[in-house]
Amino acid sequence: MSAILKPKSKLIVCDGNEAAAWAVSLANVDMVAVYPITPQSSLVEYLAKFIADGRLNAEIVDVEGEHSVLSVLQGACLAGARTYTASCGPGLAFMFEPYLRTPGMRLPLVMTIVTRDTLTPQSVWGGHQDAMSVREVGWVHMYCESVQEVLDTTIMAYKIAEHHDVMLPVNVNHDGNYLSFGAARCELPDQGEVSAFLGEKNVNWHVALDPQRPMAVDPLTGGAGGPGPSTFVRYRKGQCSGMQNSLKVITEVHEEWGRRFGRYHAPLVESYRMDGADYAIMTIGSMTGAAKDAVDEARARGDKVGLVKVKTYRPFPAQALAAALAEVNAVGVVDRSVSFGWNCGPLFQDTITAMYCAPKRIPAMSFIGGLAGADLTVGHFERVIRRTAELARDGRPAETVWLNEQD
Amino acid sequence: MYEIRIHGRGGQGAVLAGGILATALVLEGKFVVAVPSFGFERRGAPVASYLRFDEREIRQMTNIYHPDCVLCIDPTVARAVNVFEGIKDGAVLVQTTAKPLGEFQLPPQIAMVGLCDAVSIALDIFKRSITNTIMLGAFARTTGLVSLESLQAAIQESDFRDAGLKQNMAALERGYNATEVHQIVREAAA
Repeated sequence: MSAILKPKSKLIVCDGNEAAAWAVSLANVDMVAVYPITPQSSLVEYLAKFIADGRLNAEIVDVEGEHSVLSVLQGACLAGARTYTASCGPGLAFMFEPYLRTPGMRLPLVMTIVTRDTLTPQSVWGGHQDAMSVREVGWVHMYCESVQEVLDTTIMAYKIAEHHDVMLPVNVNHDGNYLSFGAARCELPDQGEVSAFLGEKNVNWHVALDPQRPMAVDPLTGGAGGPGPSTFVRYRKGQCSGMQNSLKVITEVHEEWGRRFGRYHAPLVESYRMDGADYAIMTIGSMTGAAKDAVDEARARGDKVGLVKVKTYRPFPAQALAAALAEVNAVGVVDRSVSFGWNCGPLFQDTITAMYCAPKRIPAMSFIGGLAGADLTVGHFERVIRRTAELARDGRPAETVWLNEQD
Repeated sequence: MYEIRIHGRGGQGAVLAGGILATALVLEGKFVVAVPSFGFERRGAPVASYLRFDEREIRQMTNIYHPDCVLCIDPTVARAVNVFEGIKDGAVLVQTTAKPLGEFQLPPQIAMVGLCDAVSIALDIFKRSITNTIMLGAFARTTGLVSLESLQAAIQESDFRDAGLKQNMAALERGYNATEVHQIVREAAA
């Protein structure tokens, strides 16, 4: 088995929460602030253990709530530290005020969202509703499919966030329950190679709490009648540019990761068995594995179906997605959350927006499943494939389909 | 692909058993995915944990509905849940029990049974009915799908230390040695 591994890497069995903690340790993070919450708790417990064991030389602050978690990390980031936290659901909601501020200050924090369905009714189980609720405030969002992708992406997130053309916070999202507690074999890269990949950190060259170079941080720009609003526009446009720049940087960083470590993860969208496909299904997160198996079974029956997985969700990879869907005649989009404003899934809403600007408009349907920890199995994806095949034939989309409604 | 469903009660270590078995199988070069069922688990409440392994990469991160093997690490959990739900034809049951085979009502899909009085062994070793590592030994003995040596190595790699490590190594071996394996021979339908 060791023959397939890079010389100094190691094979371990771990769940997604432990994989994220390993990545943070390998990234030599300086400062961690935490408040435990299900299903994230074991992740920060692993981190506390790594720090206590001396494996990771970082400060850990166990603060009184998530609002303070992010406030502490903002200060640390301004002082030049590489920073990390993880949260989800109600914790993420309580973090919202400093969460909004972080991208505007262009702080390259990395945070895992161990996704959890939002209240109410009460739910401690997985679902993307928490992460989707904060999709539009300027953080980069990437969703992982497997335990290995959690580990690899969490390391890559630092290189993306700290890139001088980006300088934005990054959320690496993994599914509560199925990835947080789902264990698989996982290759642990060598510390020296990860350090060489990440390079020297320089996170506060643009804004700093530094007595040697005092500056106004997070200034009040001023109201109408003066230069304030135009200054504000420059900040906002800069943020939007950073988001758009990240698409190229995410792609480059994933390519470099593949070259160095031998694992090529699709950076923006992954096309799976799309050659000669007549129609496609779309997925996001850990549901993708079962969906790929369902696509293989359908292909074996002669159905011309392919799959497109979205990894980078914010900024939305509109061009990459339109290119991936260019040849198909229908698409069925599976979301693990709800867009209350549109009575469909948010990934579906983004997909049809992206396709409006594409040369060819295709019929599309929204499927919602996996809420509150519900399982999305090969059988569920068989239904999605059958319904999307029908859509490709008649071109008539139906209302949103709720996959677990009859489970 | 081979799929195992582990049934137990909160506190017996069904989830940890899944993790140790996964590590042992990976040491033998297999690909493994272990997914616990989840909720507000409480001590004594029925819990389940799922494990699938294969010679090639496994992509499904889902629960298991049609297991090849049911590993039951509690003697009475079958009263609370249907441990045989969805089992495949030719399935294996590995059960902790002090009862003889004749007292079990087995569904026709079951082709092999491993019985191990893990509670008595656990009370002897741990002074508590923690049966998980004992029943991993029973699983290895019944199915032959993982070696005792790999399970020993996996326990060495786990978080057990000192006395706890020694006890669990002993538990594994005693579970392996104390398991009775029965092939269920049925008359072919006329």
